[in-house]
Amino acid sequence: MTEPLLRVRDLKTYFVTEQGSGTARAVDGVSFDVYPGETLGVVGESGCGKTVTSLSILRLIPEPPGHIRPGSFIEFEGRNLLTLAPKELRAVRGNRIAMIFQEPMTSLNPVFTVGHQIAEAAIVHQSLSRRAARARAIEMLTLVGIPDPGERVDHYPHQMSGGMRQRVMIAMALICHPQLLIADEPTTALDVTIQAQILELLDRLQRELGMAVMLITHDLGVVAGSADRVVVMYAGQVVEQASTGELFARPLHPYTEGLLASVPRLDTRVSQVRGRLHSIPGQVPAATSWPAGCRFHPRCPYAWDRCAVEEPPLLDSAGAEAGTHTVRCWLLTEPERRERHP
Amino acid sequence: MTPAPLVQVDGLVKRFPGERGLFGLGRARRTVRAVDGVSFAIAAGQTLGLVGESGCGKSTVGRTILRLIEPDAGRVTLGGADVVALGGRELRALRRRMQIVFQDPYGSLNPRMTVQQTLAEPLAIHRLATGLEAKRRVAALLDEVGLDPAFAAAYPHELSGGQRQRVGIARALSVEPQFLVLDEPVSALDVSVQAQVLNLLADLQRKRRLTYLFIAHDLAVVKHIADDVAVMYLGKIVERAPATGLYAGPRHPYTTSLLSAVPVPDPKAQRQRIVLQGEVPSPASPPAGCPFHPRCPHPRKNERCRTEPPALREVATGQFAACHFAEQPM
Repeated sequence: MTEPLLRVRDLKTYFVTEQGSGTARAVDGVSFDVYPGETLGVVGESGCGKTVTSLSILRLIPEPPGHIRPGSFIEFEGRNLLTLAPKELRAVRGNRIAMIFQEPMTSLNPVFTVGHQIAEAAIVHQSLSRRAARARAIEMLTLVGIPDPGERVDHYPHQMSGGMRQRVMIAMALICHPQLLIADEPTTALDVTIQAQILELLDRLQRELGMAVMLITHDLGVVAGSADRVVVMYAGQVVEQASTGELFARPLHPYTEGLLASVPRLDTRVSQVRGRLHSIPGQVPAATSWPAGCRFHPRCPYAWDRCAVEEPPLLDSAGAEAGTHTVRCWLLTEPERRERHP
Repeated sequence: MTPAPLVQVDGLVKRFPGERGLFGLGRARRTVRAVDGVSFAIAAGQTLGLVGESGCGKSTVGRTILRLIEPDAGRVTLGGADVVALGGRELRALRRRMQIVFQDPYGSLNPRMTVQQTLAEPLAIHRLATGLEAKRRVAALLDEVGLDPAFAAAYPHELSGGQRQRVGIARALSVEPQFLVLDEPVSALDVSVQAQVLNLLADLQRKRRLTYLFIAHDLAVVKHIADDVAVMYLGKIVERAPATGLYAGPRHPYTTSLLSAVPVPDPKAQRQRIVLQGEVPSPASPPAGCPFHPRCPHPRKNERCRTEPPALREVATGQFAACHFAEQPM
């Protein structure tokens, strides 16, 4: 089996809260791998720690109030990113690992032309001349499907629509041919027809450029269509990890199961969907006070006394090869409890 | 036999003056026809889902019906009362019967008011209750939307998004309206919370016999709550039908494309995704002919589409579409 491109082990990113009311354990012991050329979907709701995880990989966590705890480990191309000197880190950021954000409106600088912003990385990392970098910028705009790239290169962000801006962000991220692209909710701010365009574009570019993509999203539909493997996060932890096909066919964590059942779906008949949607009772707990035991137990329909006191580790699913489908739930040790549940 | 409509909208038009250049100088740009002749009816106790992408005019329709924005033309009636013609005291009395819930549960609650104050204000304005009676009603409202009455003392920043949206719903319900405009009420919420709020809206509708105009961009959400669906594009309704008909057999190529673009949470789903080219044109200069023709993927698209605007016409029982080729859908 190929070596992972990125290995995250026991990542803990904590924040000291403003009121001094304690420490928010936003990411609390997260481990996963990203393999070359694959798309890893990272799914979860607000506050589950998915964005903090991605910012930690590039060490973009503001310190203070945040800090990555000792013992955390992020290995990329054989080096621990957490111990790199600032200069070495800069050679990775935007070059070997690139990132695109949810808000194409606020992540572009309004006072520079898009060409200037796309070319910047090529000037910094590849020491291209301004003229060569501009030519590369035009090439990139063509690659991401922006019409009239020769003209658009001199436009400012405000002259473009949301979808066009996201294309510019992608062009900017890919100009140095990164090995890993971290896409944090890249289509959430876009209309559904534009979302379809951007997802198709990312798909095509990944195939053409052979890069790995870490796709962070709250949308299970986006994951189902784009990811090879999926990591589900809840309350700062990974609660389930499997290949996309396996996860959707056999969701084993009660949270994953509940999440899948809560999604309003188009692929059912109207007569079947009218009526109540499944919903997960309660709400996501605060990062300053995760529940004891299993963090999902207060909302879990199957929970029993053990769940309230003892935190489950990631366990292997019985039917799958070790490590291919792991679940943080005691039900895996007592599967008959699931059957008994009405 | 469908019941008589509670809400009737005919030929609604809203134009916004074009923006001027920097600092308000220069010649005004062309007028934007945000809502361009929209008509529909909603029967009492039913839900119409109004769907479309950003800038299609769906929110403007909702606000114009309530006269939060003044319409330029058209007729709106609520239970026979003419919403557009009324003014002053009569309009205020009518407002009691129609309320709105906004998308952003963060921006639509006053951060300096407790939940109690927020919910008691409409009661005071409409002289429904004060003092102890107001307190009692607020507690009952909170209970009805699934919040502990202890939340009455809380400020919005102490609440989660889902809890705030419940307060927004309670505020709309406080004056006991018949008709609610729900403007993207669950778009800002997480999936698990979204399902809770959709269920709450369905329960309230049954219990109070409410009539909803449910505005959303998400066709899957609308499928769960709407009896009828209207799809808007560039200020016009391009398709309107009972939900069963629209989802099973869309007649307008824009509806078909929208449906195919919604990601389905099933990796095995073999769907033919139609990826529309280009973006929605500016409503200040909509294309001639059919407004959708520059992006239309219909194989039969021809010269007629570029010159002759298609009328919204009935192509199947109760199903209306504005397409020259609605009889041969994609």
